Amino acid sequence: MFYFLRLTIIEIYAQYDLIFQPLWSAGRSGGRRGHLETGMTGDGSALHLVLTGDPGLFAIVRLSLLVSLSAVLFAALIGVPIGAFMALTRFPGREGAIVMLNALMGLPPVVVGLAVFLTLSRSGPLGSWGLLFTPQAMVIAQTVLVAPIIAALTRQTIEDLWVEYRDELAAMNVGPVGRVLTLVWDARFSLVTALLAGFGRAAAEVGAIIIVGGNIDGFTRTMTTAIALETSKGDLPLAIGLGIVLIFIVILINALAWGARRAGERYAG
Amino acid sequence: MSMRAPASDLPVMFLEVGILAGEVTILDNVSLTLDGGPPTFLIGPNGSGKTTLLRAAMGLIPTSRGRISWGGREAAQPTRRAIVFQRPAMLRRSATGNVRYALAAAGVPRAARTERATELLALVGLDGLGHRPARRLSGGEQQRLALARALARDPAVLFLDEPTASLDPAATKAIEDIVRSVAARGVKVVMATHDLGEAKRLAGEIVLLHRGRVIESGPADAFFAAPKTDTAKQFIAGELLV
Repeated sequence: MFYFLRLTIIEIYAQYDLIFQPLWSAGRSGGRRGHLETGMTGDGSALHLVLTGDPGLFAIVRLSLLVSLSAVLFAALIGVPIGAFMALTRFPGREGAIVMLNALMGLPPVVVGLAVFLTLSRSGPLGSWGLLFTPQAMVIAQTVLVAPIIAALTRQTIEDLWVEYRDELAAMNVGPVGRVLTLVWDARFSLVTALLAGFGRAAAEVGAIIIVGGNIDGFTRTMTTAIALETSKGDLPLAIGLGIVLIFIVILINALAWGARRAGERYAG
Repeated sequence: MSMRAPASDLPVMFLEVGILAGEVTILDNVSLTLDGGPPTFLIGPNGSGKTTLLRAAMGLIPTSRGRISWGGREAAQPTRRAIVFQRPAMLRRSATGNVRYALAAAGVPRAARTERATELLALVGLDGLGHRPARRLSGGEQQRLALARALARDPAVLFLDEPTASLDPAATKAIEDIVRSVAARGVKVVMATHDLGEAKRLAGEIVLLHRGRVIESGPADAFFAAPKTDTAKQFIAGELLV
């Protein structure tokens, strides 16, 4: 045990320069100096890239946000109605459908990427659309990944609220459409959590979008695919810089959503 | 607010109504007539069928046997009926939002909702609290809001399922004052309660239920002064009915 601990400490010390130096030592990493072929400028240190607003870096950030937020939007448009339908209706095989929906939350991204790739490839059913290796293909892949998460969490949220509201809405003679609209509206603050879970999945995902997007420089390169690429190339400054930005954005969006939820709850209860 | 029961919705008649939950009989051959006039109180121990009777009258659960008629009609579902549950669910909106929702569900035109909501909140003593989130009101305030929501339907018959259970005396008095006010406006109030004191204070008519059957019914004064059955005597004496 002690021997192992000593080895670990030695290993960390040996890797110290490799891991931490790029964070602040601009230009000292020699041949490992970071740059992407996007025209990303600067000397390659993570902080420098972030603080100087490197255009290449921010193009990647912008595309990442565009793809992930679009995917969450489309997934919400698909997942919320499905979740509400499954919460409020009884049909043969419903229990099995719920189990399946919950299981789909754990869809492997590479499998989704492969399925979307085959669908959009030239010989696939939607090959004529010409979407493969475009941001739209990445949005489709992430939508497929995120929709089950939003649908499953929506079903649980709406079902819990339905148990609470059922008698009141029935006593008020509220019809089926009115019930769905009421439940979705009143669960809106809880559904924010479902959307955040979906965004978290989309923002962190790399396996699917690298297959269907191709990680094309300046076109389909996102933060996660760039991190994977730069890490494989040994360009840690860029990888770390992108990682910092990615984490910051995820925290920022979660904080904004949480703030909106709290403000809404203060108003509506 | 009209709040007057149209003669066509009354009386509400239970004709040999039975309700089963699996093998268990909840209501057993209940025949009962609820006509206009002072409040009718359903009393009886836990499990006697009070809540089930109210829910059946609201159409929330189907009858297994027998039928319920409104003003002599059985097919048409009356819309001018409302209920306040023992633990009403508050919609995740403001107090005013809750009443406006009930008004919208009752088909009140949008332009009239704000004024009606203000009237109803004032009627139940919640004027000034309209902006508060409904779920953050106290238990008594929530019950009064549920009453306002029920009255938004301009009901001919108002069912109340132990609305004062677990409320303190001040909150109970507030609810009882509203019940008197509503009954005075011509709404038929049918209320379930455990509280014999409350029944004595408010009831014009008593229906004693035990094990899903109507044991005794009649004018409240006569019921409390000279109960006809041993079960009623035991219940009034405070003995445990099992």
